[in-house]
Amino acid sequence: MSEPPSRTPEVDTHCPYCALQCGTRLTGGQDIGVTLRPADFPVNRGRLCQKGWTAPDVLAAADRLTEPLLRTADGRLTGTTWDLALDTVAGRLRELRARYGPDAVAVFGGGGLTNEKAYLLGKFARLALGTSQIDYNGRFCMSSAAAAGNAAFGVDRGLPFPVTDLATADTVLLAGANVAETMPPLMQHLDTAELIVIDPRHTPTAQRAKLHLQPAPGSDLALALGLLHITVVDGLTDEEYVRRRTHGFEAAVRRAMAWWPERVEAVTGVPAGAQRTAVRMLAEARNAYVLTGRGVEQHSQGTDTAAAFINLALALGLPGSGHGGYGCLTGQGNGQGGREHGQKADQLPGYRSLTDPADRAHVAGVWGVPPESLPGPGRTAYPLLDSLGSDHGPRALLVFGSNPVVSAPYAAHVAERLASLDLLVVADFVPSETARRADVVLPVTQWAEEEGTLTSLEGRVLRRRALLAPPAHVRTDLEVLHGLAVRLGQPPHGYPTVPGDVFDELRAASRGGGADYSGISYRRLDAGEVLHWPCPDTEPTHPGTPRLFLERFAHPDGRARLAEVDHRGPAEHTSAAYPLYATTGRVLAHYQSGAQTRRVAELHGAEPEPFISVHPDTAARVGAADHALARVTSARGSMTGRIRLDPTMRPDTLFIPFHFPGDGRANLFTHPALDPRSGMPEFKLSAVRLEPLPEATP
Amino acid sequence: MSRILVVGGGPAGHRLADRLRHHGHPGPVTILGAEPEPPYHRPLLSYVLSGRASPEALRLPALPGIEAHRGTPVTHIDRGRREVHTSGVVHGYDVLVLATGARADVPDIPGARGPGVTALRTAADCARITGASVVVLGGGPLGVETAAALAARGTATTLVCAGPHPLHDRLGEAASGMLTKALERAGVTVLAGRTVTAREPGRVLLDNGTRLPADTLALCTGAHPDVGLARAAGLRVRTGIVVDDRLRTSDPHIHAIGDCAEHEGRAVTGIEAAWAQADSLARILTGRGACAHRGTPAVFRLRTDIAEVACVGPPDAFADPSLRRLTFADWDGGRYARLALRGEHLVAAVLFGLADAIASVGELHRNSRALPSDRLRLLLGGPPRPASTDLDSPGEAVICLCNNVQRQDLAKAWRAGARAVTALATATRATTGCGGCLREVTELCARWEREIGQDGERTP
Repeated sequence: MSEPPSRTPEVDTHCPYCALQCGTRLTGGQDIGVTLRPADFPVNRGRLCQKGWTAPDVLAAADRLTEPLLRTADGRLTGTTWDLALDTVAGRLRELRARYGPDAVAVFGGGGLTNEKAYLLGKFARLALGTSQIDYNGRFCMSSAAAAGNAAFGVDRGLPFPVTDLATADTVLLAGANVAETMPPLMQHLDTAELIVIDPRHTPTAQRAKLHLQPAPGSDLALALGLLHITVVDGLTDEEYVRRRTHGFEAAVRRAMAWWPERVEAVTGVPAGAQRTAVRMLAEARNAYVLTGRGVEQHSQGTDTAAAFINLALALGLPGSGHGGYGCLTGQGNGQGGREHGQKADQLPGYRSLTDPADRAHVAGVWGVPPESLPGPGRTAYPLLDSLGSDHGPRALLVFGSNPVVSAPYAAHVAERLASLDLLVVADFVPSETARRADVVLPVTQWAEEEGTLTSLEGRVLRRRALLAPPAHVRTDLEVLHGLAVRLGQPPHGYPTVPGDVFDELRAASRGGGADYSGISYRRLDAGEVLHWPCPDTEPTHPGTPRLFLERFAHPDGRARLAEVDHRGPAEHTSAAYPLYATTGRVLAHYQSGAQTRRVAELHGAEPEPFISVHPDTAARVGAADHALARVTSARGSMTGRIRLDPTMRPDTLFIPFHFPGDGRANLFTHPALDPRSGMPEFKLSAVRLEPLPEATP
Repeated sequence: MSRILVVGGGPAGHRLADRLRHHGHPGPVTILGAEPEPPYHRPLLSYVLSGRASPEALRLPALPGIEAHRGTPVTHIDRGRREVHTSGVVHGYDVLVLATGARADVPDIPGARGPGVTALRTAADCARITGASVVVLGGGPLGVETAAALAARGTATTLVCAGPHPLHDRLGEAASGMLTKALERAGVTVLAGRTVTAREPGRVLLDNGTRLPADTLALCTGAHPDVGLARAAGLRVRTGIVVDDRLRTSDPHIHAIGDCAEHEGRAVTGIEAAWAQADSLARILTGRGACAHRGTPAVFRLRTDIAEVACVGPPDAFADPSLRRLTFADWDGGRYARLALRGEHLVAAVLFGLADAIASVGELHRNSRALPSDRLRLLLGGPPRPASTDLDSPGEAVICLCNNVQRQDLAKAWRAGARAVTALATATRATTGCGGCLREVTELCARWEREIGQDGERTP
């Protein structure tokens, strides 16, 4: 400690977890350890949650993957060389493609991948593999809000305004967003606002709310329609705004007219008076925001639900008004950028469409290939996983930055599909539950070992910077893609391994697209510029766009569209055999499938095992005691967890976090019913029963 | 491809047609509606009365791919030829659905069929309510909702009902008394225990001889299932058109839904039941899902913002000695609850002014779920009490959720010399997440300072 601090390596980067992308400063090195301090960055302003503080521990994970692994004849994963691993993968991919066609090979990406990785992964799939079969775990995260946002505004940027604007709010409606647990540092921007929280659970966020509306699981859309109904009938519509800036108001309201307060009360359990109070709080605020999260989006009617909340915001005249707005709270670290640059089944970089001839021509031009050589749209995430190894489905799958064995719905079935593949390749930095089932495991770099960019929930492009050199035999995802592409006959220069070079290609591919990055460069970002997309290079120093929609929406006529949506209800209802609802979600100490956070001792100590939150009455009825083991069973399967009595739960609803592996996987019971527009599964509602389990005797 | 013909252009027929298309019924669907207006939300006519919405705003969404005729009353049904006759046109069918709704009862009062009198069933009826003063006859839900809506638009409104209070039969003395007060607060004059004996120009005559000035007399005196066509066609009719669990009448090619139908021995009225039957019938006709229609337990809920009122179950349940009862009355606050229970399940309930309980009890009753053990919280609502595990051991209480810092962690850091919030934050990371615990940590810090002091022997 005698060295002056300036001699110790130090970088400014961002937390590896959620889309808030809190600013952090890292110091230290492999030998002396890594120290992390929160930075005075606008979204976190010197604050961090426990995951952020302990993020360096993942860098030192005891079971870090440090060499490629190949499944040998005896069925074990055994260390090998990169050349052998990549030759094996490329060889088998070539065989499968020759025998079954290009769609026999599929790719599954992730919302945690940097923009550069997501971009190159999409290009690799379409050009090197020639497959249409690529999608990613963001389908399980942001797809419903993205579909609704695109339809309403002509563009999908989670928050079309900087997070710091929320500090001006008088009222914020949080629909299905448990911010206090999932992105705690965001709460400081909501300190002055009165909160309306819509959540079946009395979450830490709901505890901070002025008004908590606690609807039955699966009924959020009816509630949103009811709020629009009251807005219109009570004369609180911003009629001038609606006339000047929107389309579709009448048709949307015609649907909402069927949702009078007492009917909404009957369907949702939210008192009619509380609905009226919520609308009044929004309408009377000078600055009001409507924000949605996964709670209302992860349903088979998730897109329509997000759209119904957008309708409400539009009726109140909020989006693009400068005194409020609508936003969705993106979940994964690069959940925003990851959905813009071509790892989605139907999409090309720059939020371009795989079915639009002009979009195809532009990207094909940047890639130097004829447009007709690009495949068309493929299956979305769940149908893709469901089809693996079947007669018409892919025979090989490459997974980057995802752990579907834990995170996909109907997880036991997905694991079966993975097992039926001829070839499963997983690139990861820890032996995730999916990696353990792979035929080939490729060890890759993690956050503090790599350079790149991520796009945060407010559409701001941020630099991820490397403090450490990666372990000796670990490669970057870009190097892996390069190695495979070259082996599959692609020109080496088409797959750069320097992140800045990939970003420059991404800029060109996104030029003129919905998410235009062409004016953003590493140089500008490293100079400290604050750049939100769209940031075209039509002028040398375009300032980016912190606030969208102030003048116009992104549809050709400049107007936003209200959607004509109606409540259909969930895919599954409770019954005598499955009398309870189960809903899944996150806890503060863990992130996504838990592959990273379960390896951090402090986080593991905070939440070591799966649990089942249940109302004491409900637990007593089935004879389940606090802290005892119990089983939750749906028509798909069962998970096991420990009972956690919680008198704030609705008696008809269980909550189970989805971060845990093995028998503790919440996704063993979830329903693969999909939203018809977004492909989002119904994570937030399953009909289940609860049964106590005898303690295993030692 | 079977041709489905729906007689009745109201919400039940509309919903059925919408659901048939939703479930992919491939054949033609035709609606014959008697009213000249396009279909609208009948339950929301009080919005028109109060001036909150225009009649046009209540219109139901258009039904693409459905042939809908309005102003087309059906004259008779020829079951043998499977044809329905309107004036001049004959419509064939494979499946006929009667959704003819109900007709308002008009009491036998001199002048009741003359000018300045209207029943309240249709949008056209609403337009007939004119003038500065209106007498509403009938203490049922429609009478109460109508009177409240008229008072809200500034009309001098008198509600005349036969019972001691409006809705007395359903709510009992206590809650219906509170309802009278709420109506009076909203500007309605309530004349209970009275009835109208005659309509004269510009006024109505009551049974006690009083003459009330009234530009309009609004009759909210009940309705009966419209069974005329069905009866003429020889279908089985009791109070309503009798249907089985597949919502079939005595002719298997003819179904009936909504206010005109009698299912499980009851002619259930109301939009919820009508829509539920339409949903079931659409599934039955398209071969989807459950084949039998089951009525859901009905919840009566007044649709007005002058008072929160609901009840479920039969009123005579409160006289059943085999049931346990729970009563809560807050006369000054205008809050009242009466529950009749069998085991953990609700048999009947009357609720007034208890908004959270109304929502919860409605949910519990509709889904036949057991009541929560904390009955007072069920009635009063309010924020749920948080989990109690932390209170068992105050040292283990989590003060900073974001960083999982327990009270004992803070105490340990304090003992180790962290005597200010910033020092405690550095030592434990408390307050560095959402910042929500800042006040609590500041208070703890101050209290330990005060109680123990710098050199204290005692430990926090």
